[in-house]
Amino acid sequence: MEINALILSMVVGAFVGLASGYLGSLMVLRKMSLVGDALSHVALPGLAVGLLWNVNPFFGAFGALFLAIILIWLVENRTKLPTETLVGIFFTLSLAIGLIITPEPELLEALFGDISQTVPLEAVLAVIFSAIAIAAVHKIYGRLVLGTMSNDLASSVGIKTKKIDFIFLLIVALIVALGIKIVGTLLMGALVIIPAAAAKNLSRNLTAYAGLSALFGLISAAGGVYLASLLNFSPGPIVVLTSAAIFFLSLIFKKS
Amino acid sequence: MTDMTEKILETKELAVSFDSFNVFHDISFDIHRGEVMAVVGPNGSGKTVLFRALLGLIPFQGAVSWAKGIKIGYVPQKLFVDSQFPVSVGDFFKFKTKSEEAVVEALNSVGFTGDFGHLKHQLLGKKMGALSGGQFQRVMIAWSILNKPDILLFDEPTSGIDVGGEETIYNLLHKLQKSSHLAIILISHDLNIVYKYADKVLCLNKEAVCYGPPHEVLNTANLSQLYGGETKFYEHKHGN
Repeated sequence: MEINALILSMVVGAFVGLASGYLGSLMVLRKMSLVGDALSHVALPGLAVGLLWNVNPFFGAFGALFLAIILIWLVENRTKLPTETLVGIFFTLSLAIGLIITPEPELLEALFGDISQTVPLEAVLAVIFSAIAIAAVHKIYGRLVLGTMSNDLASSVGIKTKKIDFIFLLIVALIVALGIKIVGTLLMGALVIIPAAAAKNLSRNLTAYAGLSALFGLISAAGGVYLASLLNFSPGPIVVLTSAAIFFLSLIFKKS
Repeated sequence: MTDMTEKILETKELAVSFDSFNVFHDISFDIHRGEVMAVVGPNGSGKTVLFRALLGLIPFQGAVSWAKGIKIGYVPQKLFVDSQFPVSVGDFFKFKTKSEEAVVEALNSVGFTGDFGHLKHQLLGKKMGALSGGQFQRVMIAWSILNKPDILLFDEPTSGIDVGGEETIYNLLHKLQKSSHLAIILISHDLNIVYKYADKVLCLNKEAVCYGPPHEVLNTANLSQLYGGETKFYEHKHGN
């Protein structure tokens, strides 16, 4: 990869990684690790439709994710159906459909990401959307954590928990759509979950937890992209390996 | 001067059901300023559901009327935190206020002494999930009285509270009630507590089995109807 392209992908990696780590800290607190993972699979048919219709795959992925979060939200709020089972069925189904309709040449990229092809316009968009996501997460952070600790307590002090949950899911959709460019639909779960899991090992309070999680996301994504170009590997798996290395290091320094 | 006779809450024929399951029905009571009402009943009799209805968190039939401008503090039975949950006591207070002064005042009034620096060192840096049962309850009460509520809804945990200690949670609630004319509705599992601290008691089991001053309504017949025969554990011994 030439130097300019490398810097461009590292910048995108840094922003998307930061946003993923920050958001991931909330997903881990809400015990949504597996939902996040399954959700990222929904992006695949969206990506495929984007490719087939010649629109930017990011928008296809975001559209599919948006539909999926509306569905989750409705299932959680309007029905008594077990969310977990539905998520499991529906999301693996969309992965299967995605595998069938994604054009063969793009399939690997869609599954495992490829940031080396980033053009400047995409990079600018990714940075802007990441910044929006970071600001939005910051805005709802406290209210969402309180709602996670006790929905009743949060409601009793006037927090509109359903609305906050919905905004949260919207941000999840946005970040997953951004992140699959880097690590692909199969590995996106790792980019949001692993930095937070590592941060949780090292934090005694929320500021440290959120900050470290964001930082680990940034290091994993930017560092992983750099390492991948150095070793001439595909960036997605290297990003995930980098974050996993941080996680194992965090176990050594774990605070009780 | 606060009008101690002012009625701040009235419920009429309150009923809650989930789908076709009737949790309770026909619950009517009122609370005046500074009054303490205990809610007793067996497990699953709908005590916590009653609180959720009073807070407007679930749909109900009948009427719940709060006086105008009444501020409600709520202490839930538990929070969904484990010892790894990365939220410190200080974080928890920051969810509600930015004022260090208010936090110190609230913590002092529940028996954590010292100024902000001391409390920061001793308590605010601890994880919520690492507090003992008694500390946790006092933190929860401090949190709920931050905005100086008129009434406190206190859902007593079934376990995990240190027995003994210099000051029990009920002495503390009693002091708060006296010093700030706080009305309290408390869900309790201990009838001795009810005798000692409550002005009146609501016995809940599908309906109001009894309602009135503890010494008048907590008789063998009512208790037997409420708990189904296991009353000898709960009989009050005078002189406690």
